[in-house]
Amino acid sequence: MTEPVLSVRDLKVHFKTDDGLVKAVDGVSYDVGAGRTLGIVGESGSGKSVSSLTVMGLTRSRNSEISGEVIFGGHDLLTVSKDEMRDIRGNEIAMIFQDPLSSLHPFYRIGDQLVEAVRAHNKVSKAAALDKSVELLRLVGIPEPKDRVGGYPHEFSGGMRQRVMIAMALINEPKLLIADEPTTALDVTVQAQILELMLRLKGELDTSIVFITHDLGVVAEMADDIAVMYAGRIVEFGAKETIFESPQHPYTWGLLGSIAKFDSPRDEPLVPILGRPPSLINLPSGCSFHPRCPYVREAHKTVEPALEPVNGDAGHRVACLLDSGVRERIWEDLREGKRPEEARADVMAEEGAL
Amino acid sequence: MSDRMTDAPATDASRERAHASDGETLFEVRDLVKHFPLTSGILFRRQIGAVHAVDGVSLDIKRGETLGLVGESGCGKSTTGRLLLRLLDPTSGSIKFEGQEISQIKPKELIAFRRDAQMIFQDPYSSLNPRKTVGSIIGEPFVIHKLMTGDGERRRAVQDLMDTVGLNPEHFNRYPHEFSGGQRQRIGVARALALKPKLIVADEPVSALDVSIQAQVLNLLRDLQRDLGLTLVFIAHDLSVVRHMCDRVAVMYLGKIVELGTNEQLYGHPRMPYTGALMSAVPIADPKLAATKKRQILAGDVPSPTNPPSGCRFHTRCWKAQDICKQQEPEFEAKEGGNLAACHFPLTDAEVAERVPTARVN
Repeated sequence: MTEPVLSVRDLKVHFKTDDGLVKAVDGVSYDVGAGRTLGIVGESGSGKSVSSLTVMGLTRSRNSEISGEVIFGGHDLLTVSKDEMRDIRGNEIAMIFQDPLSSLHPFYRIGDQLVEAVRAHNKVSKAAALDKSVELLRLVGIPEPKDRVGGYPHEFSGGMRQRVMIAMALINEPKLLIADEPTTALDVTVQAQILELMLRLKGELDTSIVFITHDLGVVAEMADDIAVMYAGRIVEFGAKETIFESPQHPYTWGLLGSIAKFDSPRDEPLVPILGRPPSLINLPSGCSFHPRCPYVREAHKTVEPALEPVNGDAGHRVACLLDSGVRERIWEDLREGKRPEEARADVMAEEGAL
Repeated sequence: MSDRMTDAPATDASRERAHASDGETLFEVRDLVKHFPLTSGILFRRQIGAVHAVDGVSLDIKRGETLGLVGESGCGKSTTGRLLLRLLDPTSGSIKFEGQEISQIKPKELIAFRRDAQMIFQDPYSSLNPRKTVGSIIGEPFVIHKLMTGDGERRRAVQDLMDTVGLNPEHFNRYPHEFSGGQRQRIGVARALALKPKLIVADEPVSALDVSIQAQVLNLLRDLQRDLGLTLVFIAHDLSVVRHMCDRVAVMYLGKIVELGTNEQLYGHPRMPYTGALMSAVPIADPKLAATKKRQILAGDVPSPTNPPSGCRFHTRCWKAQDICKQQEPEFEAKEGGNLAACHFPLTDAEVAERVPTARVN
């Protein structure tokens, strides 16, 4: 494998609050290869956004404690100075946020905001920067970009604003693009437009993408690799096909079982994950998913699982204490449409017979 | 209706009656219109136009069914839901509930109607009063309707409701902030159920919740609907969720219903190109299936409802549109397969099979 564009090692982001230490991200490691898209999925509070904001240097503050390594372009982004970080941000790494309205300044013309993004990193004339802006607006599919470049954000619809944000993010040809729920605020038809645009641009510009979302459908469309996060950690990592074909972590099973699948028959019941995500101040001992896991065993309440390769396959890693044979057995049952209790009973019966 | 003011909440017997009359029309909506005026001027406010939020909606809601209302934002689905409950006054048109016209009745008579029709809101954070305990939030309908006047009686009723929706009845003295999003939505459901209504309008009840919590609330709504024989109007933009929940589905575009069919008809063979495009746009959590379908991408955004396009309102974004679509509004009529749709050039089976992941065509 070639050198990854971004390499995150044992990243921990903790925030000191009056209630205690919030362990938002607690030991996350991943690589993003050149031209690849990593999808990070998880519920709110799983640390998926905080880990990416930290890559951008946006969580540095007096009450945060950050440790680990974020290697990008030969530097550790956690140790570079604020000025160096400013040079990288918006230039080599760019970010698209969920809400395009609050990410654009309402008082300034779209063109001025794009020009500012160019001139912050390049010594070019205003006219040249404006030309570049018009070119980018055309690239992201805004009709009549020459006229629209003088418009204010409120004159654009939600989908068009998100296109402007994408244009702004890509204007300096970043090596890495972080997209944090870029289509969550949009209608499904507009979401389809934006996802198609991102796939096309990725092909043209060869940018690596970190795509953060809670929507398994969106991640199935966009990602090459998928990291599933739970309570500040990655619990499963693998190629997209692997995650959907043979997931190994009970939380991934739970997510797949609890979404209303568009293509499944109506009477197929949803299998919700019991309980709710844990408090990040008082993480459960052992495996942090154990209070919600239908297959939990006594030992899992004390031993912490590590993210380890599945059957020696370094491309597919899972943090689960269940034996891999047991996991395969359970997944087979779940696939046949059995409920988690039944799958558990089957495994228990087999073990009893031995 | 008025005698219901005095008798106790619906008993088991009346619930059975509700079951027995399955298929009978509960709501009859005809040519429902809601225009929000646009005004200008400070001292002398002149009307300069109107937002055509709902522009001629006709539909029947049958007792005991779950009817889905879907569409993009701004298509009028929430306004329609609110008009059904008379939370908004219609500009014109008729709404009949159990044969009684409710679009013009006075506030006093509305109170009786509201006992039969309740609402669940989208945002479980802003729809609960933060200063009231959960017990008094769920018990509020009893206070308004002067029911369960005995103190212990009201508390028991509230605790029963909490138990029904899967909340711990001992928590009735807690405040909304002590509950998670999913639990708050359960509180909203319990409040809507308090008066044993015949109809509940649920406006995007799960879109503010996390994925794993959504399934809990959806399962709860489905169970309650089945057990209590409720009629449910389910408003959502998420087509997967609607498919899971609804018996019949109405698709709205710019204030009009453009297609209506049973779950199987609509998802199996949508006829209106807009419905087809909506379904084609849903991201599927199955890479293999996704690879076999052609994605129909609609150009542009929904046009402004202040000045809707002539003829078929969808013609500006439709890939099948021809001249007639700009001039003549299509009839809302039965198409092949039984779907009711308003379209001059409905989708053929081949077009459906190519684009729609849920297609059931030969």
